[in-house]
Amino acid sequence: MRVVVDGVSKTFRDKKGKEVTALSQIDFAINKEEFVVLVGPSGCGKSTLLNIVGGLLSPTEGGVYFEGLSAKQDDPRLGIVFQEIALFPWRTVIDNIAFGLEEMGVGKKERLEKAKVYLDMVGLTGFEQAYPKQLSGGMRQRAGIARALAIEPDLLLMDEPFSALDAQTRTLMQEELLTIWSRTRLSTLYVTHNISEAVYLADRVVVLSRHPGRIKEIIPIDLPKAGRDSEEFRVPFDDYVKQIWNLIRQEAEDALKEG
Amino acid sequence: MAEPSKKYIKNKVAFLETKVPGYASLLGIAVILLLWELICRLEWVSPLFLPAPTAILTTGWEMITQGDLLQNVGASLYRIVLGFLLGASVGIAIGLALGFSRWAEAIGSPIVYSLYTIPKIALLPLIVLWLGIGELPKITIIALGVFFPVVINTYSGVKNVDAILIKAAVSFGASHMSVIRKVILPGALPVIFAGLKLAAGTSLLLLVAAEMIAAKQGIGSMVLHYGNLMLTTKLMVGVVVLSLLGLLFNRGLQWLENRLLPWK
Repeated sequence: MRVVVDGVSKTFRDKKGKEVTALSQIDFAINKEEFVVLVGPSGCGKSTLLNIVGGLLSPTEGGVYFEGLSAKQDDPRLGIVFQEIALFPWRTVIDNIAFGLEEMGVGKKERLEKAKVYLDMVGLTGFEQAYPKQLSGGMRQRAGIARALAIEPDLLLMDEPFSALDAQTRTLMQEELLTIWSRTRLSTLYVTHNISEAVYLADRVVVLSRHPGRIKEIIPIDLPKAGRDSEEFRVPFDDYVKQIWNLIRQEAEDALKEG
Repeated sequence: MAEPSKKYIKNKVAFLETKVPGYASLLGIAVILLLWELICRLEWVSPLFLPAPTAILTTGWEMITQGDLLQNVGASLYRIVLGFLLGASVGIAIGLALGFSRWAEAIGSPIVYSLYTIPKIALLPLIVLWLGIGELPKITIIALGVFFPVVINTYSGVKNVDAILIKAAVSFGASHMSVIRKVILPGALPVIFAGLKLAAGTSLLLLVAAEMIAAKQGIGSMVLHYGNLMLTTKLMVGVVVLSLLGLLFNRGLQWLENRLLPWK
């Protein structure tokens, strides 16, 4: 199975009615069991691209398709983890996690059992009956991740999932995400503006430029998936970070000036 | 050698967390009732104009045991409950439609907003003309009065549901009906409840107005009747019953809200 982003462009009209190109001719693919990270300066359209892949936005040109799904499956299953977390405040944690299964028509007993598996996997054991409001930011996003995993998606999409968390929680969540990912090995598209996070998590990093959003370079991270933050790989790790930062730096400065 | 004096830092905002004993909330009411009773006992005011609280209480008891107070209350309850349920359910249904469908919004919202400003009491003679003087016109006017605040609150509640939650639901495969039932309705519920509470007051007002215009039974007609006969104490019993009814109504809605919105 492969997910192909094929010639995707997106233009918006701004308030004055002027056409703005957010994305221009984006081509890349996400392979089976591959973790692809999109990075770029703010305003490069990386979230726009993720929304298009996630079916929440229509591209102006081009399209996104899945290759090699079994013939009997009609629609590819997408599990999205939102930057805003987007748990339903009126549902308990377990019911939030079971939401996607519920919409798939899975019976009550089975979906609660499944939801429990993923609830345990993200470390929320004991919080089944809590409401999102009662949880900390990190725990809420764990529930958000469990909700996306529970439907056993063909593609997992994560839109800056940890950007609302504090730095310490974020580091822990990155580690946990890696552990969970090595257990599920889902094809993943992950958006972030944090370069170390990208190098830490990715099999390949897609670097986007802005005005218009274009692929600047695709960088395979040639390090073992586990233990990248160990002393052994400090030098190559930092080299990757530097390489990507150099690609982005000029544009990030431009973005800052524009406010 | 003298010990150096210790200077502790005081919490200067402790007043924000002052604890108040439970009986404090009854204090004001108790004082007013006592003063009222006193004024009546000292005969500063004739009981024709202001009967004493104790007199109202005993008369009320007599009206329950020997009179037809319960029958009147029953008639009023029937009208208000039916009218409220009718107005609220139609209001919520139409409000959801207005908020969800762009077509319904474009066509429906000008109609709702232009009718909303009419004081519903002004429609009472018209409704009596159309529907006669039975139960139907009374229930209709109450339903109308409840409908408007509920429809407008439901509509704005739906508009305020976070778009990201709708996107999240759709991304997990939710159908339109599922989105309405599982996301939009619960998301709008807090605002809908604000509308229901607003409507509770309106419904009581319209109940009394309708019963005063044309009814043989009901608290409104009872109050008017005793007013005409200058039986002030019995009139006051009616007023007290109305205030209790309003209180009961509000508490009931509050209870329901707490039950339905445990996540707030």
